[in-house]
Amino acid sequence: MSVIEKLRNIDRRFIFVAIALTVIVPLLRPIGFPIAVSPSVQRLYDAIEQLPPGSKVLMSFDYDPSTMPEVYPMNLAIAQHCFSRNLKVVGIALWPMGVSLGQQALETAAEECGKLYGTDYVNLGYKTGGMVVILAMGRDLRETFPEDFRGTPIEQLPIMEGVRNLNSFKLVVDFSAGDPGVAAWVMIAQARYHKKVGAGCTAVSAPAFYPYLNTGQLVGLLGGMKGAAEYEKLLQSQGPATAGMDAQSIAHAVIIFFILFGNLVMLITKRKTERRSL
Amino acid sequence: MRRQVPLVITFVAGIIMIIQYFIPHEPFAGLQQRFNVWFLIISAFALILGIGNLIKIHGERISRQSAGWGYSVVLLVGLVTMSVVGIGWGIEPGTPFFYLFWNIQIPLSSTMFALLAFFIASASYRAFRARSFEATLLLAAAILVMLGRVPLGNFLWHRLPAVATWIMNYPNTAGQRAIMIGIALGVISSSLRIILGIERGLGGGQQ
Repeated sequence: MSVIEKLRNIDRRFIFVAIALTVIVPLLRPIGFPIAVSPSVQRLYDAIEQLPPGSKVLMSFDYDPSTMPEVYPMNLAIAQHCFSRNLKVVGIALWPMGVSLGQQALETAAEECGKLYGTDYVNLGYKTGGMVVILAMGRDLRETFPEDFRGTPIEQLPIMEGVRNLNSFKLVVDFSAGDPGVAAWVMIAQARYHKKVGAGCTAVSAPAFYPYLNTGQLVGLLGGMKGAAEYEKLLQSQGPATAGMDAQSIAHAVIIFFILFGNLVMLITKRKTERRSL
Repeated sequence: MRRQVPLVITFVAGIIMIIQYFIPHEPFAGLQQRFNVWFLIISAFALILGIGNLIKIHGERISRQSAGWGYSVVLLVGLVTMSVVGIGWGIEPGTPFFYLFWNIQIPLSSTMFALLAFFIASASYRAFRARSFEATLLLAAAILVMLGRVPLGNFLWHRLPAVATWIMNYPNTAGQRAIMIGIALGVISSSLRIILGIERGLGGGQQ
């Protein structure tokens, strides 16, 4: 077997080891590549900056543990930003596992900023139905979520005073890993009820939401861990996303190397075959 | 009669939901809210039905001891344990549910998702080939976006993030819009077929 053939049929375990090393080494020894803030992230940051203190922000935790490394850091960063600006946060989940993840993000951020559950933030929990839940909240939030995730009636929560429907919120931020997620919030909360909607989503799903971003239906978009790292940079904090960016950078470079190398091997094989046929 | 009644209900509900979108006033607005609440109740029951179905399928697999029945045991034990601790002690931080969720569910799910990186790297080496002009174009765009979307790209050439953003904003958006319009037209067409009772799969059309 020639060297080229050996390379073509390389044992995939070598590739697995290369990827493992490119992820582990930068995590243990950070390089510190500079992070540039993209316009879509800056726009969401600015939208939150412009809200007057005391405004209510609705957060929807539409992700689960599998996408947590990407989405949780942005959830945490935006919660920290909201609390540092003295905004009130109301959380809901259209994904069942989003309840605990969102609660953890809110609690961590609230602890740092000295905010109280029920007064400065609340988690209304999960409701099945996806887009219809948003539609129902648009008319009557109290009927859709009569109690929080602990079972406390929302009449007993000071933060819910005066909250009737989606119009009670100055901004909606959706943290999404799929469906129901960003598209549903844009279609109902933005298109139907004219609310400002921002979003954070996995890197793989971000390209699908650029049409909404370009039309202004999304005020801003955070795509994947990079989006979260950019937001952390704007907050001037070293969060979990910034810590992972070096590893992601090197992993991307290694994958690109494998793609180019694979194509080079293909070209050499093709030329050899052509020569033989001549 | 068994066919006609569901079709009539579908037709009436569908037409009301279309009308309320264009006339958001009473009585249609109130009907819409009522339908939404009904939908949420039905969805909750569908969830119960799904759990029941899951228990039935995996229960049968265990009783027959068919291939992989051990996994079914793990699934049912997990389902029962999480349900009992969640209903019994709640799901907030400090509860047994929260402990199990953060120490078992999250690491397992994250590990499964993380494995994708290894398979993507292996697949990209073997399958991502510039065999045609279109494939070469896709390859070039992919490399520019992959580099431009990480800090390494900015480190290599400060304009690379702008190039990646341009690709995402223009060629990507154009393609995404075309797909979205296509999907929307498909959804309208399917919805009309269901509402008008000509969708065979849902009991409509000629039998």
